[in-house]
Amino acid sequence: MTVLSQQELARIETHIATHKARPGALMPLLHAIQDDIGYVPETAYPLISKALALSVAEVHGVVTFYHHFRTHPAGKHVLQVCRAESCQSMGSEKLEAHIKSTLGIDYHQTSADGAITLEPVYCLGNCGCSPAVMLDDEVYGRMDAEKIDELVREVKNG
Amino acid sequence: MVKVYVPRDSTALSLGADRTAKAIQAEADKRGVKIELIRNGSRGLFWLEPMVEVATGKGRVAYGPVLPKDVSGLFDADFLNGGKHVLSLGLTDEIAWLKKQQRLTFARVGITDPVSLDDYIAHDGYKGLANALKMSGANIVKTVTDSGLRGRGGAAFPTGIKWNTVLNAPADQKYIVCNADEGDSGTYSDRMVMEDDPFVLIEGMTIAGLAVGAIQGYIYLRSEYPHALKVLNEAIAKAEAEGYLGDNICGSGNKFNLEVRRAAGAYVCGEETSLLESLEGKRGLVRFKPPLPAIEGLFGKPTVVNNVISLATVPIILDKGAQYYADYGMGRTRGTLPIQLAGNLKQTGLVELAFGATLRELLYDFGGGSATGKPIRAVQVGGPLGAYLPESQFDTPLDYEEFTKIWAVLGHGGIVAFDDTVDMAKMARYAFEFCAIESCGKCTPCRIGSTRGVEVVDKITAGNHHAKNIQVLRDLSDTMLNGSLCALGGMTPYPVLSALNHFPEDFGLPKDKTTA
Repeated sequence: MTVLSQQELARIETHIATHKARPGALMPLLHAIQDDIGYVPETAYPLISKALALSVAEVHGVVTFYHHFRTHPAGKHVLQVCRAESCQSMGSEKLEAHIKSTLGIDYHQTSADGAITLEPVYCLGNCGCSPAVMLDDEVYGRMDAEKIDELVREVKNG
Repeated sequence: MVKVYVPRDSTALSLGADRTAKAIQAEADKRGVKIELIRNGSRGLFWLEPMVEVATGKGRVAYGPVLPKDVSGLFDADFLNGGKHVLSLGLTDEIAWLKKQQRLTFARVGITDPVSLDDYIAHDGYKGLANALKMSGANIVKTVTDSGLRGRGGAAFPTGIKWNTVLNAPADQKYIVCNADEGDSGTYSDRMVMEDDPFVLIEGMTIAGLAVGAIQGYIYLRSEYPHALKVLNEAIAKAEAEGYLGDNICGSGNKFNLEVRRAAGAYVCGEETSLLESLEGKRGLVRFKPPLPAIEGLFGKPTVVNNVISLATVPIILDKGAQYYADYGMGRTRGTLPIQLAGNLKQTGLVELAFGATLRELLYDFGGGSATGKPIRAVQVGGPLGAYLPESQFDTPLDYEEFTKIWAVLGHGGIVAFDDTVDMAKMARYAFEFCAIESCGKCTPCRIGSTRGVEVVDKITAGNHHAKNIQVLRDLSDTMLNGSLCALGGMTPYPVLSALNHFPEDFGLPKDKTTA
């Protein structure tokens, strides 16, 4: 289990205080923690469970139900590659294979230099410009091997 | 000062609209020309994005696709006065692709600055709410019922009837929930409304609140739409500041508050009861129905759960009247459908038309045929749970009942085209794989059936006990169709069986054995 710094713990406590009184507080709280810390540390479960009067198992159940939440730190950037039908119709399978071999990783893994975590995604709503990928919060359309290489280079150098 | 428009819609951004906007501003500064750069929504002609428009005396003139390298040439060609350039598209309103459409829900999309409340009001915004404020809840519900509006999320349930159930359910608290978990591949109309005309959704939800007596609304927004999140929050803050949301809407004494809640990447949460569980802070497990959400929904209270497009269509109905809307469409399917052209097409984008246009018109007249130039072999309509249609069905009119007749669904109006390189057995396998990844796990046919489905398709393509496994595939599909708790398991057989029936040759069967 990842050990959190005092500062991280304090920030998690602040998020809990901000959100705990809201109806259906758990989802916004988990988002707030992941947005801030980069993931939802399992160390935070007891704090969340106490504040929201849920069992630790319930918190764990919710965190692990949703693809978006992660329980371990990601790389510096997250690259999501769309695997859905529209992107498949425009050759996303080849693109996926290219990205995996370029980065030397499979989905849900992080490149050795810690720069990029690769995740599959099922539709980015950019189906008019397939294949699409999302790097952190930015969508890129009509991707091909050349464009993805450039994007990866920019990220690794930046 | 000349107004120059560069879209801020995600699709335009995904093609470099921000860089284009920066280049235009920089070039204007360099040349000492004053321009007013407006970040509008997208007109929905995605093969021309980033599409830049300039306001001239004759109307808005379009250029596209404009990349930073084109910018200095555009200035040289005097594009600020509508000058001719190789990227000229002429007057935007005269572009045939747009002119042939009937934009009601999308009336403002691409025209206005999405986060300008003034712009919204100047383009007929909040007229529907003004009328609604003078009406009783029952009369608002009647207007929506009379318009014939049916749920645009896919289920096509009459919106007015749903609202009426909530109106008549006695409760101390009721909710309006907007289902903005647009997870279907090939669809993006919800995203466009939220990013490009967010106030129309806010207005629609406010009217829904007045109609049924709800004072709290939630927009359940998928986490894959970070731009929509920003735009919605900005628009909500402006609506609150100007008294269009809050405790005294337009000075009427009516209350309505609205909040965006982020989803977290679970496709099944697009199913309404799973969505409600998620909003309550739980795992997105599908609920048994009854009770209907209209009776016992969010936190056990009567709840309207509607798709973005359904709610965003309410303002124009309240503005122009039920009959105006009902005059569009065919049969029992009234009004218009924002159709999304996606996948392997030359001209993708948003086409809003009255129900009744054929798939062929959309694929060829609007879509311009495949992007790769190869024949279009299969088309999936209605997302990952929609059937694959072969060429022989391209003349089917877009209408809920007509699609039901051919064992297909219109769903949320997404159309994904595939050229003749597609392997339909692989697509059937993917349908099961997707279902396995996204299943909430509550019911067995979906949870186990999806994984067994992947295995059976693998056996078929490997030629392992071929005839027997084709039968197993049909039996399994039958179990999922009839035994699943919700549409995820219950409709996965649509892509699977349609692929098998229309494209048997891809499953190692003779071509002439089509049982469609």
